[in-house]
Amino acid sequence: MSQKHHVLSVLVENKAGVLARVSALFSRRGFNIYSLVAAPTDDPRLSRLTIVVDVESAPLEQITKQLFKLINVVKISELSPDQAIERELALMTVQADGTSRSQVMELVAIFEGKIVDVGSDQVTIMMAGEPAKLDGFEQLMRSYGIVDLQRSGRVALPRLEVGRPRLRSVTGQVAN
Amino acid sequence: MKLTGAQALIRSLETCGTEVVFGLPGGAILPVYDPIIDSSLRHILVRHEQGAGHAAEGYAHATGRPGVAMVTSGPGATNIVTALCDAYMDSVPMVCITGQVPLAAIGTDAFQEADTTGITTSVTKHNWLVTSAQDIPRIVAEAFHVATTGRPGPVLVDIPKDISNAEMEWYWPEESDFDLPGYRPNLRPHPRMIAQAAKLIVEAERPVIYAGGGILKARASEALMEFATRSKIPVVTTLMARGAFPDEHPLCLGMPGMHGNYTAVTAIQKCDLLIALGSRFDDRVTGKVSAFAPNAKVIHVDVDPAELGKVRVAEVPIVADCRLAIEELTRAVADQAIKADREDFWATTPRHNWAEQIARWQHLYPMVYEPSEPGLPAKPQAVIETLRAMTPDDTILVAGVGQHQMWASQYWKFRHPYTWVNSGGLGTMGFAVPAALGAKVGRPDRMVWAIDGDGCFQMTAQEIVTATMEQIPIKIAILNNAYLGMVRQWQEMFYEERYSEVYLSPDLPDYVKWTEAMGGVGLRVESGDDIENTIDKANSINDRPVVVDFRIDAKEKVFPMVPAGQSNDDIVVGPAIEAHFEAVSKKGNR
Ligand SMILES: Cc1ncc(C[n+]2csc(CCOP(=O)(O)OP(=O)(O)O)c2C)c(N)n1
Ligand SMILES: [Mg+2]
Repeated sequence: MSQKHHVLSVLVENKAGVLARVSALFSRRGFNIYSLVAAPTDDPRLSRLTIVVDVESAPLEQITKQLFKLINVVKISELSPDQAIERELALMTVQADGTSRSQVMELVAIFEGKIVDVGSDQVTIMMAGEPAKLDGFEQLMRSYGIVDLQRSGRVALPRLEVGRPRLRSVTGQVAN
Repeated sequence: MKLTGAQALIRSLETCGTEVVFGLPGGAILPVYDPIIDSSLRHILVRHEQGAGHAAEGYAHATGRPGVAMVTSGPGATNIVTALCDAYMDSVPMVCITGQVPLAAIGTDAFQEADTTGITTSVTKHNWLVTSAQDIPRIVAEAFHVATTGRPGPVLVDIPKDISNAEMEWYWPEESDFDLPGYRPNLRPHPRMIAQAAKLIVEAERPVIYAGGGILKARASEALMEFATRSKIPVVTTLMARGAFPDEHPLCLGMPGMHGNYTAVTAIQKCDLLIALGSRFDDRVTGKVSAFAPNAKVIHVDVDPAELGKVRVAEVPIVADCRLAIEELTRAVADQAIKADREDFWATTPRHNWAEQIARWQHLYPMVYEPSEPGLPAKPQAVIETLRAMTPDDTILVAGVGQHQMWASQYWKFRHPYTWVNSGGLGTMGFAVPAALGAKVGRPDRMVWAIDGDGCFQMTAQEIVTATMEQIPIKIAILNNAYLGMVRQWQEMFYEERYSEVYLSPDLPDYVKWTEAMGGVGLRVESGDDIENTIDKANSINDRPVVVDFRIDAKEKVFPMVPAGQSNDDIVVGPAIEAHFEAVSKKGNR
């Protein structure tokens, strides 16, 4: 994935059908979702969607403005890659028989992953980290044989050093 | 006080100010129809749910109040989807109540079950599935609030049958009780943006106001008049804004766009400042976007932030209610002019030249057409001009979709806001008859005429039965060219006159007999010579619907025209205007 992606952290009402509205909006307006994670927040009335969008598919501003028109969308923070802590989780089952098992385990250790299940000639690895790190690990594992791969999609929060997230205004005025 | 959900729903509608409901009952909505008998609501029983939707739209267009429609689950709900989409495209406030199968049956493919909220998600501003009778007053109040505030639009409330039957304790919510944490339309313009806009306005040499439907939605016609006349800026009114600024005002340039007049189209192309007020740079207005108003800076006012920058990036984007923004602009322009010591900014030489240029275009390229030969079918433009001359100033004109709609918009002289009801964004054939009915219900004091096409009329004519039964005396002029004329025009011009599936028939159906079978008065005009007498007769009928079958010249085309996708500079004015141009330029040379 190129650097042209952007992460939208979207606070939505925790109500039935909200996810369907969001995804319907993306398809109707011809926007592309790269990944989407939905999860509850500390406030039971709200959920957070972390949506990675391919900004080449449409101007980001149109996406956020159209999203904000959904009645159930409460707040949108736009996190550009350099302003966000992004993490992703991967579960990966890899071929690891007698000859390759130790190499695989070594690489898992180097990448600070964890072996969470062991079969006679396969292991399942859990790895959390920056998406690029998972990409790299996935690349390495390919030569051993990936049997199954499940990535979680990204979750993100703003970086603390740069202060509060720059909230791109959806009202056309400057918000700070 | 204990009420059933159904009673609470009816009482909620009453509390929200509803006087009229357009609808048609069925199984899932049955409980709601019972308390209607004891309510203050006037229910108008349509003959097809699409008619209920368009009637509600017509009511809203004419009154500014939200139209209310009520239909049953499944096919009732799917039948009204077209009208919801139409209202969504044209930002028409509308509240649609649909019955739904009982909660426990949802998802089981029960009889007449449809995923109504799912189906209508992309054609409503918002929708609700009610899951507890206790929520009904709050949700109905929220529905009216969402439909009528910010950028207006249709909303839908889906009510399962068991919820209608369940008991609840009556209450009425305050706005603070609303559960709408994500809904906060911004109405007040940002002062800095207003100041920037005012500066551009004072400095502009060739400004044009591009007024859209938002002017009417924001009830900003008076504010626009004040603004335009004070700063002496010419105004174009889009298809959705016809009537927002009176056509006969010296600053009014009429309609821009694909079938706009030469002056309106060209003034936009040549302007150096385009002041877009409640308009959305629709492709039917802009033509090829990259060639649209190429030298203009843009001030764009819209209450919907997503419209700003969607098509054209504005130098000064202003998110605000149109009326508030225009009032602020009027003030700010005066301040700015004083500050810059240019109180007569509108009287400078460039502005004077601009006004002259516009007058020259108007002189050279007015809206003219060739009159019909005696005894031959009427020209559609003549029918509209005659009708205008023979009806009160504040007559409400409704249109279907096609050539007749464009002629109606081009040749009717609009003198008041809220006198034009049409389907702009979706272009829904069949809109006119039910919308006229709804408009007349909302404004019984007004004369309501619909200009309809023979093709359009056949899509929703059954609502004339509704009009007869309910004694709603609407008048319908069918411009009968025996063709799906607009499509025919494109086939003639762009498909080498290869006519494919566009011929209808002048006589089948017999519109006079059909109307009479529906309880209305049917009249026919065979030639251009009988227009006046027949309109006279139609105007005198006040107790039932009238349909006039005007036989018109099938070969007549809508001009001017900017072919789809081309630059507005490539406007084709057509033979009649061209001939006029030749004649006056010759005279000028002598
Ligand atoms: C529901 C629907 N179907 C098809 C169209 C495409 N269409 C646009 S105008 C038109 C012809 C309308 O014919 P008529 O009502 O006779 O009007 P005319 O153009 O002849 O004045 C058609 C088929 C449409 N706009 N709406
Ligand atoms: Mg026709």
